[in-house]
Amino acid sequence: MLKFLIEKEFKQIVRNAFLPRMIIMMPVMMMLVLPWAANQEVKDVRLSIVDNDHSVYSERLVNKIISSGYFKLTDVSASNPEAMRSIESGKADIILEIQDEFEKSLVNEGAARVMISANSVNSTEGGLGLSYLSAILADYATELREEQGGQAVVTAVEVPSFGVMSQYKFNPHLDYKVFMVPALMVTLLTMLCGFLPALNIVGEKEAGTIEQINVTPVKKLVFVLAKLIPYWVIGFAVLTVAIGLGALVYGIYPVGNLLTIFLFATIYILVVSGMGLVISNYSDTMQQAMFVMFFFMMILLLMSGLFTPTTSMPEWAKTITVFNPLKYFIQVMRLVYLKGSTFFEMIPQFLALCGFALALNTWAVMSYRKSQ
Amino acid sequence: MKQFRSFVRKEYYHIFRDKRTMLILLAMPIVQILLFGFAITTEVKDVKVAVFDPSKDASTQLIKERINTSEYFTIAEELTDIDQINDIFKYGKINLVVVFSDNFAENLLHTGEAKVQLIADGTDPNQASTLTGYVSGILGSYQQELMEQYKVPFQVIPETRMLYNPQLKSAYNFVPGVMGLILMLICAMMTSIAIVREKETGTMEILLSSPMKPIYIILAKAVPYFTLSIVNLITILLLSVFVLGVPVSGSLFWLAILSLLFVFVALALGLFISTLVNTQMAAMLASGMGLMMPIMLLSGMMFPIESMPPILQWISTIVPARWYIEAVKKIMIQGVAVQYIAKELAIIGIMAISLIMLALSKFKTRLS
Repeated sequence: MLKFLIEKEFKQIVRNAFLPRMIIMMPVMMMLVLPWAANQEVKDVRLSIVDNDHSVYSERLVNKIISSGYFKLTDVSASNPEAMRSIESGKADIILEIQDEFEKSLVNEGAARVMISANSVNSTEGGLGLSYLSAILADYATELREEQGGQAVVTAVEVPSFGVMSQYKFNPHLDYKVFMVPALMVTLLTMLCGFLPALNIVGEKEAGTIEQINVTPVKKLVFVLAKLIPYWVIGFAVLTVAIGLGALVYGIYPVGNLLTIFLFATIYILVVSGMGLVISNYSDTMQQAMFVMFFFMMILLLMSGLFTPTTSMPEWAKTITVFNPLKYFIQVMRLVYLKGSTFFEMIPQFLALCGFALALNTWAVMSYRKSQ
Repeated sequence: MKQFRSFVRKEYYHIFRDKRTMLILLAMPIVQILLFGFAITTEVKDVKVAVFDPSKDASTQLIKERINTSEYFTIAEELTDIDQINDIFKYGKINLVVVFSDNFAENLLHTGEAKVQLIADGTDPNQASTLTGYVSGILGSYQQELMEQYKVPFQVIPETRMLYNPQLKSAYNFVPGVMGLILMLICAMMTSIAIVREKETGTMEILLSSPMKPIYIILAKAVPYFTLSIVNLITILLLSVFVLGVPVSGSLFWLAILSLLFVFVALALGLFISTLVNTQMAAMLASGMGLMMPIMLLSGMMFPIESMPPILQWISTIVPARWYIEAVKKIMIQGVAVQYIAKELAIIGIMAISLIMLALSKFKTRLS
C-alpha cells in the first residue's frame, strides 16, 4: 500500500510543471549566490577628512590613514558642516576632523586632539570604522615617538605600553563563507522540506482529490508516511548537492564526519516536513497554509542564530529559541563543519531534534482527519 | 465608479472573511518589529570571557576589572593552564579568551614587551571581530590613561562622536529594513496570489466576462492591499517610536510619500508576477523565494552592499527595497532634508512607472 502511495506522490511532484525545476534550481542558486551576499564584513569605510591645520604632521596622518587600506577617502572638506553634508547625502561614513594647531599642540604640549564622528545608524559599521581609525591614530603616535627618540631630541622617556594581538580559532581569516555555507544548507532544507509539505495536503483539499484518499482503506499513519518519505528523499538529494557545491565552489569541507551530518539531517528533515504537514492539516486553502508557514518560518529563521548570534538575545528571546529546531541543526552544522565535533559531543542537540520529530509527526498523524 | 466600488468591496470581503490570513497580515509586522527590535541584535552584551593571567599584578587586575565591569563582558572563568584554551571553545560558552603575558606590570613599565593576546572563537566572524574590537577599545583607553599619567609626548587623543545612534542600538538599523521587507511582501505577494487565485479557481473567467474593464479589475484588487499596507505602515511606525524608541527625526510627510510610492512599486510588481504564473503554488513560491531572499540579502538590510562582489552590487540596484531602505534610513533616522533623498525617490518613481506599464502590457484579458 505504502509503496503505491509513495509512487503516487513522486509522480505528482515530477509531473508538476514547476516543482522539479524549483527543486533543482533552488540549491544551485542558493549555494552559488547567497554566500557571496551574506557577508557582514565591512570593507572600505568611506572617510571624509577635515584638516584645519594643514601642517606637515597633519598631512602625514592623512597619508597614513589612506595608505592603511581600510578607508576610502571620499573628500577633503574645508569645514565640519561641509563634511556633515557628505554624511547626510550618504557619501561618507565617518569624519575625521583635525583641529587647527594640531602640530603645535602635538610638539609643544605633547598631546593633540582629533575629532571622529561616525554615522552609527548601522552600529556595526560605525563601531568598526571607529576602532580602525583609533588603532591607526595610536600607531601614528608611536611612530612619531620612535622617530623623536631615535633623534634623541626628547630625553628618552620610558613609555609604558603593551602590545595587543588578536587571534581567531577555527576560522583564522574570519572568512564569512565558512560561517554561512553550512547554515545556508540548513535554510535550504528547511525551505524545501517545510514549504512543499505545507502546500501538499491542503493542495489535495483544494483540488478535491483528498476525498478519493478518504474513501480508501489507507490508514492515517500510512498516508502521512507516504507524504513524508518523498520529501525525505528530496531533502537528502538536495543536501548532497549542497555539500558537493560547497566543496567544489568554495572549498569548504566539514572538519568532522560527513556521516554525522547525514544522521542529523535524517531527523531534521522529518522535523520540518512534520511541521509543514501539521500546518497543511489545519489550513483550508493553500494561501492560508503558505502564510502560516511563512509567518513561522520568518520567526524560526531569524531566531536561529543564522544571521545574528543567539547569545546576544535577551533572556525571554533565548527561552523562545529553545523551541526552535533550526537553532539546533544550525549549531550542529557549524560545529561539524568548523570545529569537527563528534556525534557524542552533540547528544543534547540530537535528543532535542528527535523530540521535535516525534512530537510534530505524531501531531501530523493525529490532526489529519479522514472524516470531515 | 459604482461598479468599481462594488468590486473593491468584493475584494475586501475576500480578505476579511479569511480570518487566519488577515490575522497574519496584521500580526506579522508587529511580531517582526518586536523580534528585530529586541531579539535580533548584533549588540554585544554580557559576553562570557575567560582570562589567563599568570602574573596577577596591579595592572592586570585593573584591566580585568575594567573588562568585567563593562556592560559588554563578564569574566566567567580564570584559566590556570594555557592548554585549556583549545577545549574551552568547544565545550564552554566562552567566546573570547584574554591572555596576559608573564610579569605584565613590570614589562609594561620597563621593557615595553608586555603583551595581551585576544583569542576569539572565529566561528561567527562578525561577532569575533566585534568582540576583539571592544576589548581592544578597553585596552586602548587604559593605554591612553597611562600615557597621560606619565606625560608621554606625542599623543593623539581621539574624541569620538556617534552620530544619530549614540547608544548603538541595532533597532536603528533594522527598523527601516523591516519596513521595506513587510511592505514589499504584503503588497507584492498578496496581490500576485489574489489574482492567480481567481485564475485557478476559475472565477477569473466570470470577472473577465463582466462589463468591467480589465484595468479596473486589477485596480480593485490593489486597493485593499494598499489600505492594509497603510495600516501596517502606521503600526510599524508607532511601535518603533513608542516601543523601540527609534525616532522619526525627519519629515513625517516625506516619509509617508516615500512609503506610498514604494507600496505602489510593490503592488505593480505583484501584478507583474501574476501575469507570469498560472498557479497559486508557483505565485507563492516565486514571490516567497523570489522576493524574500533578495530583499533580505541584497537590500542592505542585513549585509552591507559595499562588501558584495560587483555583480551582486549591480543586481542589488534593481531591488526596489534597497533604495527604499536607504532613503528611510536617511529621512527617518538621520533626519536629513528631502533633497538628500531625491535620487532614491526618483529611482523608486521610475521603477513604479515601468513596472506598471510592463504589468499592464502583459496582462491577458483572454483565458488561454
